[in-house]
Amino acid sequence: MRLEPKPAPSLAVTLTFPLAAIATTLFLTSMLVLAAGASPLSVFYLVAKGAAGSQFALVETLTRATPLIFTGLAIAVAFRAKLWNIGAEAQLYIGGVVTVVLGTGALPLPSVILIPVIMIAAMAAGAALLLGPAVLKTRFGVDEVVTTLLLNFIVLLFVSMLLEGVLKDPMGLGWPQSQKVIAEAQLPRIIQGKRLHYGFVIAIVSAVFVWLVMKKTVLGYEMRAVGHNPEGARFVGILVNRTLMKTALLSGGLAALAGFSEVSGLKGNLTLDLSPGYGYSGIVVAMLAMLNPLGVIASAIFVAGIFVGADAMSRAAKVPSYIADVMVATSLLTMVVAILLTRYRIKWR
Amino acid sequence: MAVAGEELPSVDSDHDLPGRERSLPATPLPVTAVSSTPALRLSGISKRFGPLRANDAISFELKRGEVIALLGENGAGKTTLMNILFGHYVADEGTVEAFGKPLPPGDPRAALDAGIGMVHQHFTLADNMTVQENIALGTQSLWRMRLNRAAARRRIEQLSADFGLTVDPAATVATLSVGERQRVEILKALYREARILILDEPTAVLTPAETDALFRTLKLLVAKGLSIIFISHKLHEVMAVSDRVLVLRSGQLVGERDTASTDRKELAALMVGQEVKSAKVSPMKRGAPLLALERVSTAPYNGSGLDEVSLTLTAGEITGLAGVAGNGQAVLAALIAGIRRQVRGNISIAGQDVADWSPRAALAHGVARIPEDRHAIGSIGDMSVTENVIAERYRSPRFSRMGFLNWKASRQFAEKLIADYEVKCPSPEARIRLLSGGNMQKLILGRALDPDPTVILASQPTRGLDVGAVAYVHRMLLEARDRGAAVLLISEDLEEVLALSDRIIVMSKGRLSTPSSRGERSIRELGELMAGHSGEHSDHAA
Repeated sequence: MRLEPKPAPSLAVTLTFPLAAIATTLFLTSMLVLAAGASPLSVFYLVAKGAAGSQFALVETLTRATPLIFTGLAIAVAFRAKLWNIGAEAQLYIGGVVTVVLGTGALPLPSVILIPVIMIAAMAAGAALLLGPAVLKTRFGVDEVVTTLLLNFIVLLFVSMLLEGVLKDPMGLGWPQSQKVIAEAQLPRIIQGKRLHYGFVIAIVSAVFVWLVMKKTVLGYEMRAVGHNPEGARFVGILVNRTLMKTALLSGGLAALAGFSEVSGLKGNLTLDLSPGYGYSGIVVAMLAMLNPLGVIASAIFVAGIFVGADAMSRAAKVPSYIADVMVATSLLTMVVAILLTRYRIKWR
Repeated sequence: MAVAGEELPSVDSDHDLPGRERSLPATPLPVTAVSSTPALRLSGISKRFGPLRANDAISFELKRGEVIALLGENGAGKTTLMNILFGHYVADEGTVEAFGKPLPPGDPRAALDAGIGMVHQHFTLADNMTVQENIALGTQSLWRMRLNRAAARRRIEQLSADFGLTVDPAATVATLSVGERQRVEILKALYREARILILDEPTAVLTPAETDALFRTLKLLVAKGLSIIFISHKLHEVMAVSDRVLVLRSGQLVGERDTASTDRKELAALMVGQEVKSAKVSPMKRGAPLLALERVSTAPYNGSGLDEVSLTLTAGEITGLAGVAGNGQAVLAALIAGIRRQVRGNISIAGQDVADWSPRAALAHGVARIPEDRHAIGSIGDMSVTENVIAERYRSPRFSRMGFLNWKASRQFAEKLIADYEVKCPSPEARIRLLSGGNMQKLILGRALDPDPTVILASQPTRGLDVGAVAYVHRMLLEARDRGAAVLLISEDLEEVLALSDRIIVMSKGRLSTPSSRGERSIRELGELMAGHSGEHSDHAA
């Protein structure tokens, strides 16, 4: 069996394969649902209803999608230049740390100034965190998959240390959590009384911004060239290492915004469960979006919807909500195969 | 290990290759024993790659004890056909029979078992292992506790002696010359008891003397009853070595001739399909020096490094650099292109030393680069034609402003190049990977030549191109020269160098010969220089 590239896939083909992927995902997960003793149709209906069936469900899905858009963008940017940033989780937490350090009263500024200052500081911290692995990669050829992945654990332990030490809330009854950020450092809610906050708007704006960078700017061009063929890029005079550095800064900054937006918009303080793996889910989101920044919005909402929907479903249908992980993972696998099949045809011997 | 060898009976090697008919060289087939079944029969072989018909209904027979030459331009489908025969590719249609038995498609193992041996254009040897290990590799069962080295060695020595393939079985492959490596490849096939030997462009990497030795070996092999398919695009070799010539053109078998009853002219006409027109070269006066290397040395890269090389390229002149592959041409090209740095020595442009030499510096100084490998380095396959043609100049105000690319101007530029250079491509948005080699090369040429460069580095600019594209590239280089550019043409194709160059320099073991003007040295003299036989390497300006 071998793969042969197809010239230009037709529109029908580009639509058919992803739809087939969705059908395959539903089929495979329904096997699992059957094994759990429930009816697949009602489970899928409950997931869909739980994700988008009411205003409450929709708001919850979009709220959950917000950090995923940021981390998805961070991954999409990095992977486009073939910089394998697996450390979005760490960059997210660093963003959260900066938000509580600056947002709990250290800077007595009005909201319109304080929030941008915190955002910029958080991005700088996330960028700096990814700069280390990027320097090690370009200078010494150290594999960034290893360094960024390991940094996740280091940073999580570091945050744990802070939350047990200097950042610990004296009024927190001994829990490892920080103080709440002051009102001026909080992102307002989009709808009063609902959890959806302006972090979602910032995420959408970021996605459009990243799309513009990739599509229209010299930097985006250089990043894509380096990602596709570093030797070829070097030959035409692109400064490959410098481009990778810029990519790292952008990617780390975007991931840190996820931490900022969760603390400032939703949680109010920093805890060790700020992220249930958004940094890793961002990889899924970016891959499902085929690294397209605008596609990241859709895929982040899709992934968030399945998680939120599965929570609701598990309460109603008594099927464990872990089915959501299986659904997301299966859809990623089938989608990757679908993408492959739109670009290549398989020849059997 | 000598003890191990003595413990084992000498017939033991039979078990290494179970179920294989042993006819050679233990019991060589006499030439008279040519039976009615041919060694090889190909019937209606077709193979398509996308829109390209690489092979179109090709049928022929190879008799026992016969040498067939498969002649064709680059891209005519010779290598594809042999890869099908050997099971690397699966034909879309058609069948292959070896000694009367059909060969299962897509199974190199079956091809080996049927007695087909292949010597690839690019050798498939493990550099860090010895000759003997390379030859015996894969022939002994994995379940054996010990290798039967003594028997293997005896067999290799026997084969070496029988066929004039002198090589030390204990030598590490990395220390061997290219010619010796090729002998190892042939030994490898013979050790596996090949009765049909396929040689893919075997002389491309050889000096004239090594080529002669190879031809003597082939005669000995045929005398022992082997059948040989000799793939080449060099007419004189085909005439010298073959009994029969098959000519391929654009994937079709366009002619079949007995070598005795044909001549080079007829074969050339068949191969090319039209009257061969060589580019006209009018003499030019030597102009001012534009790019000079002064006693430049480099680390090795894809072969030899440079050893105190001095070279001056002057306006209005094509300097042809001939040489056997791996003698430092790659690193010289990389150095001038800016992707490698020298360890010692100076590079100067129009008399000015340049300290910071890089791809950007090269471009800024008007050096156009046509790289040897258009897929790996010359283009970014998954990006569009437009994105590829602006790659060397996207920072200029024409194509970007304030960090934003001007896609409109970029697209117009791509459209202009597509029109001017007669590139066949669906649209400027098409990924450049989808273009044929010739069209891709035209775009790279256009990208390099459009800004009117003063120096042009053309490294193997016609490798793998069809005749039409070759002529086009040659015409473009000559036009650039006539406009006053200094051109360095690096090529392993001596005929190309001879046809285009005003001045010829031979590169061998990282050093340059003294230059000779057009027609000053004979091919034989150039060949000797290529083999590094002459002591006339210059330390001074070339």
